[in-house]
Amino acid sequence: MKLARDTWLIFQRQTLLLLRNPVWIFVGVFQPVMYLLLFAPLLKPALAPMGATSDAEVYRVFVPGLLVLIAIFGGLFQGFGLIAELRAGVIERSRVTPVSRLALLLGRSMRDVVSLLVQAVIITVLALPFGLRVHVADLLLAYLLLALIALMTSAVSYGVALLVKSEDALAPLMNTVAQPVLLLSGILLPLAFAPAWLRRVADWNPFSWAVDGTRALFAGDVGNDAVWQGLLITVMLAALAVVWAARAFARSVR
Amino acid sequence: MIETKGLRKSFRSRQGRETKTVDAVRGVDLVVEPGEIFGFLGPNGAGKTTTLRMLATLIAPDGGEATVAGADLRKDPAEVRRRIGYVAQGGSTWDEVTAREELVLHARMYGIGKAEAHARAARALAAFQLTEYADRKCKTYSGGQRRRVDIALGIIHEPKIVFLDEPTTGLDPQSRAHMWDEIRRLRAEGMTVFITTHYLDEADALCDRISIMDHGRIVAEGTPAELKREISGDVVTVGLSRAATPTAAQLLDTQPYVAKLETLDEGGLRLFVDEGATAIPQILRTLDGSSIDLTSIELHRPSLDDVFLTKTGRSLRES
Repeated sequence: MKLARDTWLIFQRQTLLLLRNPVWIFVGVFQPVMYLLLFAPLLKPALAPMGATSDAEVYRVFVPGLLVLIAIFGGLFQGFGLIAELRAGVIERSRVTPVSRLALLLGRSMRDVVSLLVQAVIITVLALPFGLRVHVADLLLAYLLLALIALMTSAVSYGVALLVKSEDALAPLMNTVAQPVLLLSGILLPLAFAPAWLRRVADWNPFSWAVDGTRALFAGDVGNDAVWQGLLITVMLAALAVVWAARAFARSVR
Repeated sequence: MIETKGLRKSFRSRQGRETKTVDAVRGVDLVVEPGEIFGFLGPNGAGKTTTLRMLATLIAPDGGEATVAGADLRKDPAEVRRRIGYVAQGGSTWDEVTAREELVLHARMYGIGKAEAHARAARALAAFQLTEYADRKCKTYSGGQRRRVDIALGIIHEPKIVFLDEPTTGLDPQSRAHMWDEIRRLRAEGMTVFITTHYLDEADALCDRISIMDHGRIVAEGTPAELKREISGDVVTVGLSRAATPTAAQLLDTQPYVAKLETLDEGGLRLFVDEGATAIPQILRTLDGSSIDLTSIELHRPSLDDVFLTKTGRSLRES
């Protein structure tokens, strides 16, 4: 099938580029590990009123949030690489070939999803000594949710990058999107602390649903409504983002 | 190989709050024959690249029609893509990847199988004398080497026609001569080559036929020899001070041996005459009679610049 083959070609090249730039691998792992080691301990007293008193319970709340955080930010900033590629002329060169436009996007986004999953596994493993315990089946479902988030945010980032075509415009744009999304998703602290009005605003943030879903999965509560709601919302948004960004690849000029 | 009728494209550009429409290409008709090197000559901003990008399916025309390599540009751009190669102006390679990896990937994006892609990459590297550097990263290449990789990429799928957008811009004279040889070799292999250039000598030396483009229109078309022949006789350039130029122009314009006269912006005149050898003494006598001092006088055969000048009223070098 042409789409699968083309996607695989682009994915291979993008992965090669990532591996040839080991700095990014280091940064990608180092940052979340710092959160895990330096921020999570602060949370223990903060989460105590919610009944999370042991290390295991604290990490069960914090690790899923951290993973969603990486998925959102990792994805949203992928557009920078694409702008460099635009400038190098490789996008134009790809666009004169019959290669599938959807594959130009999916090959890149798949690379982002895979690198996110690698990060997620490393963080999960590093959290085990702190007492984090999670069922493998629940964990895999949580990873699926994370993969969909990364697919969505990286597709959005690529689409926007093709529109604005400059790092100077992309950076503030992505930051402006990411900040409220982050604050309103209960990633760092659960929104259970929030006043009612803030929680109502957060209900409109799809990532807030995704965080709830991921937390439920880490808590072993796969039957929780938050799981299917989070998955459904994320699937729909990811599909929209992919369609939109693939169209940007089809018509982008220069 | 290519036939276009009334190809048009305009862009909207925003400056502050105002939106301006720029007509980049305003109705281009052209015919490119199989197996020729066809050149698009014109100053920067004439619409050459826009036309090329339309023919290469990168931007959609606003109007007109075109057949490229037997496929309809507007109805079947996917088929056009399969049959053409395109090499952009600014390069097309990733820094961290080797030429061989680039060639293999590019071939595979055309649907060519893995083994065949490797074989083709090896052949292309040899043909473009790149084998020695094939497994080094592209960022280590010189400008000329990188340009050769770009062109090797553009023809890796053996297209019927290849578009080269200003293939020698930014190259040193030696790499430029080398590139001309490569382009002639493509023609010898039966490929049709469509290049854009703003170098007169390049169009003259390399192209079988050229179209001169200015302000989005084609102003002249033919072989370089035909175009120059359109300007009968010789060209005499007279160097004058700016102050003396208008008087001299007035005097000479009425002389029977001057077929056409152009005033140069920097001072001086360009005269189109039937026979340079007999015209020069007469020019000297006329100017001397009115005590006009000239700084230089030069006789030459008409160049493509003269063609451009007669068609547009200004010199290609100045625009």
